[in-house]
Amino acid sequence: MTYNLETAQNPEKLRRVAIEPVSRVEGHGKVTILLDDDNKIHQVRLHIVEFRGFERFIQGRPYWEVPVLVQRLCGICPVSHHLAAAKAMDVIVGAKKLTPTAEKMRRLMHYGQMLQSHALHFFHLSSPDLLFGFESDVGRRNIVGVINAYPEIAKQGVLLRKYGQEVIRLTSGKRVHGTGAVPGGINKSLSDDERAYLLKDAYQMITWARDAVHLAKKLHNQDPALYNSFGVFRSNFLSLVGHKGEMDLYHGNLRARDDMGNLIFDGVDYANYRTYIEEETKPWTYMKFPFIKSLGKKDGWYKVGPLARVQNCNFIDSPLAEIERRDFVDYAGNTPMHAPLAFHWTRMIEMLHSAEMIKALLQDDDIQGTELMTSGPRQTDGVGLIEAPRGTLFHHYRVNDDDVVTMANLIVSTTNNNQAMNEAVRHVARRYLHGRELTEGLLNHIEVAIRCFDPCLSCATHALGKMPLTVELVDPDGTLVHSLSRNA
Amino acid sequence: MAKTFTIDGKVVPFEEGETIIQAARKAGVYIPHLCYHPEFKPHGSCKLCTVKVNGWQTASCTMRAGENMVVESNTDELNSERRTLTQMLFVEGNHFCPACERSGECKLQATAYDLGMMTPHFDHFFPNRAVDASHPDWMLDFNRCILCSLCVRASRDVDSKNVFALTERGIKTKLIVNSKSGKLGDTNFSVTDKAAQVCPVGVHIRKRRGFAVPIGERRYDKAPISDLSHEAAVEVK
Ligand code: SF4
Ligand code: FES
Repeated sequence: MTYNLETAQNPEKLRRVAIEPVSRVEGHGKVTILLDDDNKIHQVRLHIVEFRGFERFIQGRPYWEVPVLVQRLCGICPVSHHLAAAKAMDVIVGAKKLTPTAEKMRRLMHYGQMLQSHALHFFHLSSPDLLFGFESDVGRRNIVGVINAYPEIAKQGVLLRKYGQEVIRLTSGKRVHGTGAVPGGINKSLSDDERAYLLKDAYQMITWARDAVHLAKKLHNQDPALYNSFGVFRSNFLSLVGHKGEMDLYHGNLRARDDMGNLIFDGVDYANYRTYIEEETKPWTYMKFPFIKSLGKKDGWYKVGPLARVQNCNFIDSPLAEIERRDFVDYAGNTPMHAPLAFHWTRMIEMLHSAEMIKALLQDDDIQGTELMTSGPRQTDGVGLIEAPRGTLFHHYRVNDDDVVTMANLIVSTTNNNQAMNEAVRHVARRYLHGRELTEGLLNHIEVAIRCFDPCLSCATHALGKMPLTVELVDPDGTLVHSLSRNA
Repeated sequence: MAKTFTIDGKVVPFEEGETIIQAARKAGVYIPHLCYHPEFKPHGSCKLCTVKVNGWQTASCTMRAGENMVVESNTDELNSERRTLTQMLFVEGNHFCPACERSGECKLQATAYDLGMMTPHFDHFFPNRAVDASHPDWMLDFNRCILCSLCVRASRDVDSKNVFALTERGIKTKLIVNSKSGKLGDTNFSVTDKAAQVCPVGVHIRKRRGFAVPIGERRYDKAPISDLSHEAAVEVK
């Protein structure tokens, strides 16, 4: 675990390269690289450009509005914020245990979100790099290129995503900005028609999701030297796991392992997250750096997301995904795999798990139940955690006697991966860029490393939108030497 | 023989003293409006109900119907002006529909849809108004007030409580609560008051109700605001 390259010794003598913003991730990202005249790298930092202070925006709003309001945080995984906030507000309204219908509808919504988000990331954002190569013709290295070269794969990606969006629409009321999850439960269950409509394609989705796992595995196997080493660094892992140690993306306790797979803590009630996790701020970025308190700032940072979850759990509670998980663990040699590119493989295992869970939930009659709400003694402090597509998402609120939010603290998935992404970028820079002339293909290596984590810079910084990519090479005196642009 | 006038060519009967909007409603003709409510004296402030009477523009909620008047209402020209008024209302306050629990029940939103308003067109004012959550069961979100004065009229004329008032003038006009602290919790307002049932937008909020009604089952999901059956229905709050 290394902090090398975070801060250069004599930055004023160095040339600055900015990759701004990183393309094919969501939101605004910027990588700056300080080089000397021999193209030797002295400093690499992943920056987040914008900040909207969403926590303050939520303060003063009534608590029941928050699960809907927080969807404005992020155009990419609004459902995860919706559900994490709803879970926190369940605590506020004293709903200790939701009705079976409410819990299952929420899970269905969440797996729909997982499916569509993982499909989007793998097929649209990452498959161009993986299928064509990181330095391949930039004109082809995009989703259109994939559609032309691999029409069947591209089609499956589109339809998997669309199916996930339909699940979201029918559980939350809308494809984006739905209202399904409310404090203490949900506002609708499925009708006969809705259930039949979703069930119709559920098996097909499982098949395609399984094919996608196999594709990711094949890519890995074809070039193990690259896939196992690219941007690799060791770190701890953090995720929720279910009460039996199974993968549970919706609910569970916190578990952390060290880089060798040994438990750091386990079975932690996430309401006490502040006892275990702390956030550090650094002067050069708005994004915070969370770490495990007992290990300290320097060693306590961790990875979240698919790679952490698949390796943190004891097993996966759906048959096909469990087979794939075992395959992955075997491949890794029964020791934790840290390679960033393995995120893709594990992401697809989770997509398969989500497809299996969607089918199982649709076969469960509770999904059409009429008991939608519960409540209990009103509380003033509520924490809600969920495993969002990109990793563990924390929502924490305090609500006063007038029902108004007085404090909000959010740790989003990308923030949890902040240090890990910075490490990945530094490793890639050291390995591929050091001492060489910079080209678009080389700079894309940096972006490939970032993209493994599927960072949603948009919600990490609480900013919205995407921008085209600009790469700038700047001289020590600040003059622009060279600039490259392309569209996101 | 009842006296009549025409709206957009349709013959509409009326009784002496009735306003144009009242006679139109009875005849099943919808004229867009926001500050008008059939149970209250007209206020004539929002101007959304503007029609042309014999070629002259006037508010149909205040103008009495007259024999043989030729009224134009559903014309491109008038609807375009109404759309502009709606856009101005949107940018003056904070109307972020996707995160508002009155979405689907709000007359401003429904009217904007009905008029085909696609963008706010003007720059947002982004006012910063704190909510008043001091009452145990009721909340006021002033960010959404369109100053129609309906709650003012209801509290004064029906509830005889005078809890609300509009104060200041012009662009500075705002809704206030008549109590020493200025807080709703310090008034004798009750959730059963008429004033609690008339807000066309999302200022008056029953606490802890939130997004209980799913999308698809809200009032204006089912039929557009121009469907006059809405007005017969009892307000659900
Ligand atoms: S609170 Fe509602 S009813 Fe009262 S003046 Fe404002 S918009 Fe009209
Ligand atoms: S409805 Fe006539 S002026 Fe508002």
